[in-house]
Amino acid sequence: MITTTGLTKVYRSRGREVTALDGVDLHVREGEVYGVIGQSGAGKSSLIRCVNLLERPTSGTVTVAGQDLTALAGRGPRAGKELRQARSRIGMVFQHFNLLSSRTVQDNVELPLEILGKSGKERSRKALELLDLVGLADKAKAYPAQLSGGQKQRVGIARALAGDPKVLLSDEATSALDPETTRSILQLLRDLNRQLGLTVLLITHEMDVVKSICDSAALMENGRIVESGTVSELLATPGSQLASALFPVAGEATGDDRTVVDVTFHGEAATQPVISQLSRTYNIDISILGAAIDTVGGLQVGRMRIELPGRYEDNVVPIGFLREQGLQIDVVGQEPVLLVEGAK
Amino acid sequence: MSWSEMSPLLSQACWDTLYMVGWSTLIAVVGGLPLGILLVLTDRGGLLQNVVANKVLGQVVNVARSMPFIILMVALMTFTRWITGTTIGREAAIVPLAIGAIPFFARLVETSVREVDGGLVEAVQSMGGNTWTIVRKVLVPESLPSLIAGTTTTIVALIGYSAMAGTVGAGGLGDIAIRYGYQRFETELMWITVAILAVVISLIQFAGDFAARSLHGRGGRSGPAPKLRLLKAK
Ligand SMILES: Nc1ncnc2c1ncn2[C@@H]1O[C@H](COP(=O)(O)OP(=O)(O)OP(=O)(O)O)[C@@H](O)[C@H]1O
Ligand SMILES: [Mg+2]
Repeated sequence: MITTTGLTKVYRSRGREVTALDGVDLHVREGEVYGVIGQSGAGKSSLIRCVNLLERPTSGTVTVAGQDLTALAGRGPRAGKELRQARSRIGMVFQHFNLLSSRTVQDNVELPLEILGKSGKERSRKALELLDLVGLADKAKAYPAQLSGGQKQRVGIARALAGDPKVLLSDEATSALDPETTRSILQLLRDLNRQLGLTVLLITHEMDVVKSICDSAALMENGRIVESGTVSELLATPGSQLASALFPVAGEATGDDRTVVDVTFHGEAATQPVISQLSRTYNIDISILGAAIDTVGGLQVGRMRIELPGRYEDNVVPIGFLREQGLQIDVVGQEPVLLVEGAK
Repeated sequence: MSWSEMSPLLSQACWDTLYMVGWSTLIAVVGGLPLGILLVLTDRGGLLQNVVANKVLGQVVNVARSMPFIILMVALMTFTRWITGTTIGREAAIVPLAIGAIPFFARLVETSVREVDGGLVEAVQSMGGNTWTIVRKVLVPESLPSLIAGTTTTIVALIGYSAMAGTVGAGGLGDIAIRYGYQRFETELMWITVAILAVVISLIQFAGDFAARSLHGRGGRSGPAPKLRLLKAK
């Protein structure tokens, strides 16, 4: 639904150059919720703003719903008619809501329809329908200043949906909201994704957002996507930074000559027999440092951090045994360091 | 001078002032609003970025604004005659008043429009709105309270300038104060004029503040004010 190839963005200001995007290949499938996560300055906002060409990419292409937007852009800095039409089919919600304070809630939602040249009757019918959908039917005549943050964002979402977009872009839509409100807004996005078949590309720096609603995710660092995939793929990727950030287990090695192993169970893999089998078969003492079960992207996942006596070299055989059981094994300190960046 | 002598003088003067200030305000708003908006749009990073046009407009506005009104009035005489056919009287005074007020109001408009949150511009761009849509639906309505305050300031300034216009026989309250108060020592008449001016100015200020505030009341900001971004061309 959204594809970018070799997307780069270089900002030039007063002779200085900042490469915000450095060859980004993004692929968002139709109907999925795709989360992009990364530290501040990683280029997330630049990426999402390039998707509807609010920011002109320096090079590379952006295709949304089969339409090459970069080809529509033209050379001048101003957006031509075709690009503006394409934009009207892509909804966008913002961190600071960006509602017009001079207009009522209903008039804010009608704005995209005015731009599309719809009649007054059609506009108000559609606006009221959307306000109903986001649960704000009773606030149609209120002004944005009279609403709470969560309500404002609901208006922002209703407005973004007014042009019947297939794609919704969200740049930190919940970052200005408290945790409770964040949950309800995320739930709303999830519902809209399911009900309307809406493809959602969202930017966030909160792991919890990815955890609760994303089907797929990408991790950005220094203008590049360093990891991406569906959440279940990521969780099944040994050493995945995203996976360990999505689902961290704590626990430190109790001594130098110990090997710490993270065992990840998907679905119904039973935990106990494997550990006790391991213990019996190799006659070793296993201590459990930490364990958790969680739902990530709608999947039940369990993770356990265990400690085996002896160094890694001494434990190659038991670890091989665990791998043979079909479990995902990450040896802490052996494979890429498990960063928990961005997880709050 | 008796009240029956003063009263027709005063009412004529009030009417003259109202006439001059009314028309020149109207022209100043019609001319200054687009000029002020253009100053924002053509600026670096603006929606219609055009550095040369911006510099030229900015310079013209600066020169016109810093010109003392009395000099502007004299300098514009030929132009005034060309427009109104005379250089004396109320109509003739309107020309330099309006031309002096256009750049004055334009700068006020510029300041007001710059204060509009760039995020709103971006939101309308993301809906597929063009520059004209952005001007009509975002820049003007969102800065309206501030534009009204600017109009009030312009009216008050124009009442001041219109006193000087009395020197070209345009009449008005300022003219009375000078002719009777200063030249003929009709102190009483002068104080009445001053009182009328004070009341008129207070009324205008009050009405302007009230209008601006009642518009503000419904709005305020749409979110925690984000850092002001320059309007970008996209
Ligand atoms: N308009 C601009 N002009 C110059 N540099 C910019 C501009 N916008 C962004 N940058 C730079 O590009 C880099 C990426 O910025 P971007 O806003 O995309 O990061 P981000 O991942 O969204 O960060 P955050 O989480 O803080 O929002 C940063 O180094 C930033 O300073
Ligand atoms: Mg950002």
